[in-house]
Amino acid sequence: MTHGSHAPGAGAHRTSMGLDSRKMAFWAFIGSECLLFGSLISTYLIYKGRSLTGPYPHEILNIPFTSFSTFDLLMSSLAMVLALAAVQRGDMKQGKLWLLITALLGLVFLGGQFWEFSHFVHEGLGLTTNLFGSTFYVLTGTHGAHVTVGVIWLLTLWVQALRGKLGPANAMTVEITGLYWHFVDVVWIVIFTVVYLIQ
Amino acid sequence: MAEHQAHATTGTYLRIAAILVMITLIEVGVFYVPAFQAVLVPLLLVLSAVKFTLVVMFYMHLKFDNRFFAFLFGGPLLLGLAVVVSLLFIFYGAVRLRTGT
Repeated sequence: MTHGSHAPGAGAHRTSMGLDSRKMAFWAFIGSECLLFGSLISTYLIYKGRSLTGPYPHEILNIPFTSFSTFDLLMSSLAMVLALAAVQRGDMKQGKLWLLITALLGLVFLGGQFWEFSHFVHEGLGLTTNLFGSTFYVLTGTHGAHVTVGVIWLLTLWVQALRGKLGPANAMTVEITGLYWHFVDVVWIVIFTVVYLIQ
Repeated sequence: MAEHQAHATTGTYLRIAAILVMITLIEVGVFYVPAFQAVLVPLLLVLSAVKFTLVVMFYMHLKFDNRFFAFLFGGPLLLGLAVVVSLLFIFYGAVRLRTGT
């Protein structure tokens, strides 16, 4: 059964509280993700400043570059919310455009992370070099894996939209994708502050 | 029970984006200004919390959605924060006990 077969508010996927069950489950999933990232951020903070060998964070982190990545991800969130608004009002031309822009901005972020990791490895910071390397790569790598899933998800939706299988009737699918994408954004907001700016 | 009220307008989304960019510029700015070093950590944490809240409330529509969603998100978020703070207290408390500082 496809989501497209249900009109919004038609009673499909509704809980006894009158809420969409997929959306409710997804908020619960996002809640569990808070605990995952909470544990990774805790680990990073606990081992912060305890590396016995370099490279150390202040020697290697590139704030101007990461600020651009942060700007990129914030703009992708704006594009996502504009995509949802367009799909909800039935403007699929705009919806497709903003979905593609969101995915491309996600790809730019991933490209930046790939460049950053390559640069760090070239500078001598590997996963097992020191405590900073281990905690940094695990935290930002887990976030990057989430961005990768988000980009694949967005591109899948975009292809569905191109095939005419996405419309206002299944705007909830786009809304749930948006929830995931915005969550990835808020996690980066925290990582940017805790890892990059508070050294 | 209504699932949600009407979402924000495109103008609101654009204004929120502008505010998010401005806060990011302020964050990076204060990072480079030596005069802010004494208050850098609390200042950055507050600015980050404001950005976090704006995205969650307006882009994730928690401001307009059913409060049960806020409960589903806010509960684990507070628990996650409690875990972070507790672990830091436990770890640094143990270090201070060991070193006697």
